[in-house]
Amino acid sequence: MKILVCISNVPDTTTKITFTDNNTQFNTQGVQYILNPYDEIALARAVELAENEQGTVTVLHVGDANADATLRKALAIGASDAVRINAQPTDAYFVASQIAAYAQDKGFDMILTGRESIDYNGTKVAAMLGEMLDIPSVSITKKITIEGNTGILEREIEGGKEVLAIPFPFVAGTAEGVADWKIPNMRGIMSARTKPLLVVEPIEVQGLSKIVKFESPASRTSVQLIDASEVGKLIDLLQSQGFLKN
Amino acid sequence: MSVLVYIENTEGKFKKSGFEVLSYAKTIANQLNTNLIALSIGNVADDDLKSLGNYGADKVLTVNHQNLKSFVNQAYSAIIAQAAKNSDASVVVLSNSFTGKGLAPRIAVKLQAGLADGAISLPDMADGKFIVKNNVFSSKAIAFVEITSAIKVLALMPNAYKVVETGGQATVENFDYQANESDFKTIIKEIVKASDKVSLPDAEIVVSAGRGLKGPENWGMIEELAALLGAAVACSKPVSDAHWRPHEEHVGQTGITVSPNLYIAIGISGAIQHIAGVSSSKIIVVINSDANAPFFKVADYGIVGDAFELVPQLIAAVKALKS
Ligand SMILES: Cc1cc2nc3c(=O)[nH]c(=O)nc-3n(C[C@H](O)[C@H](O)[C@H](O)COP(=O)(O)OP(=O)(O)OC[C@H]3O[C@@H](n4cnc5c(N)ncnc54)[C@H](O)[C@@H]3O)c2cc1C
Repeated sequence: MKILVCISNVPDTTTKITFTDNNTQFNTQGVQYILNPYDEIALARAVELAENEQGTVTVLHVGDANADATLRKALAIGASDAVRINAQPTDAYFVASQIAAYAQDKGFDMILTGRESIDYNGTKVAAMLGEMLDIPSVSITKKITIEGNTGILEREIEGGKEVLAIPFPFVAGTAEGVADWKIPNMRGIMSARTKPLLVVEPIEVQGLSKIVKFESPASRTSVQLIDASEVGKLIDLLQSQGFLKN
Repeated sequence: MSVLVYIENTEGKFKKSGFEVLSYAKTIANQLNTNLIALSIGNVADDDLKSLGNYGADKVLTVNHQNLKSFVNQAYSAIIAQAAKNSDASVVVLSNSFTGKGLAPRIAVKLQAGLADGAISLPDMADGKFIVKNNVFSSKAIAFVEITSAIKVLALMPNAYKVVETGGQATVENFDYQANESDFKTIIKEIVKASDKVSLPDAEIVVSAGRGLKGPENWGMIEELAALLGAAVACSKPVSDAHWRPHEEHVGQTGITVSPNLYIAIGISGAIQHIAGVSSSKIIVVINSDANAPFFKVADYGIVGDAFELVPQLIAAVKALKS
């Protein structure tokens, strides 16, 4: 079984988000980058599945050499090899096009992505890839198991879940619950140094959207504290704002 | 030219998020001086289809085949894209629901259209541009996304646009689409409903609890308060990690992002990763025994105190009000 896991390199979750150049660019000064948490669980699940099925896991990133440390971490967690498509991503369409062009003739049975990246928060790449490769996609997957050449996937729906059977190949975006995060062990870290990291040049693609400006969300006015002996006051306040219907 | 909007149904019924999407799309159609066409897929009663006129649809297209009774991502996206092409739509609008998130990117690729997902504003079309806002960096910032393609796809964030009744009338037409066998590879084995509880992403009110509640046996009062308020129940990550509550209820940067009108956080410290998933809530109420809990910094109302005393009092007060 051949699995491709697409990973992104994102600011650490505690990063203070600021902008430069008249609020048009994200300020990367002093920012620590990490493997996107959702991609990390995609990778953890891929490594588990590959172990059971004697398969291989390739990790792929679209971006510059700054992400090589993150790719090495993915190799330490258990990927067999890494690919970096050497291009500065412009939008999700651009990224998905690059991945599709690479994956097209490689015979992957399963392509995993995180459900979203924690920087631009789009849930887009998985479904775009599915469309470009003309194969099924599940954007928010809570569970993946394999039965022969079929994936059994749980998809999150409003107020419940759907259990799907999808023949190889397919694309799935993974959410919490798919696997526990894996901490690389010493052997993994040592072997990661010698595993292959291939750099591939991008194809020509025009993005279809771009971010022209950033803004900080409106800050809240300071909290109005209510004394613990006057809980009724909170209810009155909420009622006056129309929250408590009869 | 036209604006096409896809309206999801759950077991044949339209939901509030569908009317939000219609109202939003109607405003865009008005801005563009064009018609609003609503598309429904699956088995929906005629009267319900007609009712879409009341939210601004000029025409309703309906597709109802045996094999489309349940949601099939590839087939649905193919139908929506075909309807967009047939109606010469320049803007396609969906809800940014779990289902919409699976559809919108596929439709965008089919139409070679730029996609703004999680849209929280109407498009700004000044100077011939098309710019929509959405939340990025887990709601720590807002991006202005310019779509540069001829056709635009927008997925509207739930609770981001008010439903407006227009009192209009709509005609209903069947839409014939060309089925493609390869669009039906995904088989639905089972649909598991988490009972009749309010679903978290659509909820107008969310009651959420964290590690301060000490153990899963203490969630009874949280569920009771939620039921009284018509709210959905949520939790912090350590709570679902410890299996006190199911993963579906975990909100935050690595869980579900919610933007209800009211978010009540009980025994949650307010770590940056938790706040990231809830900060676009309109009103935030925090109940925490520690006056220095960071959550109070982003709250509108707060009570410093013991949840085990305060929650039962809140329940009693709401009950008193209702009777
Ligand atoms: C990469 C990464 C991603 C993460 N993603 C998420 C995420 O998506 N969502 C998320 O929630 N967390 C996330 N976290 C974890 C986050 O950092 C916090 O650890 C977590 O939110 C804390 O949960 P909590 O507030 O329930 O628990 P605690 O931080 O332990 O807080 C419990 C609170 O309860 C209060 N309390 C105790 N007893 C009472 C009482 N009797 N009455 C009232 N209050 C009481 C305490 O004062 C305290 O403030 C993430 C962390 C990382 C590193």
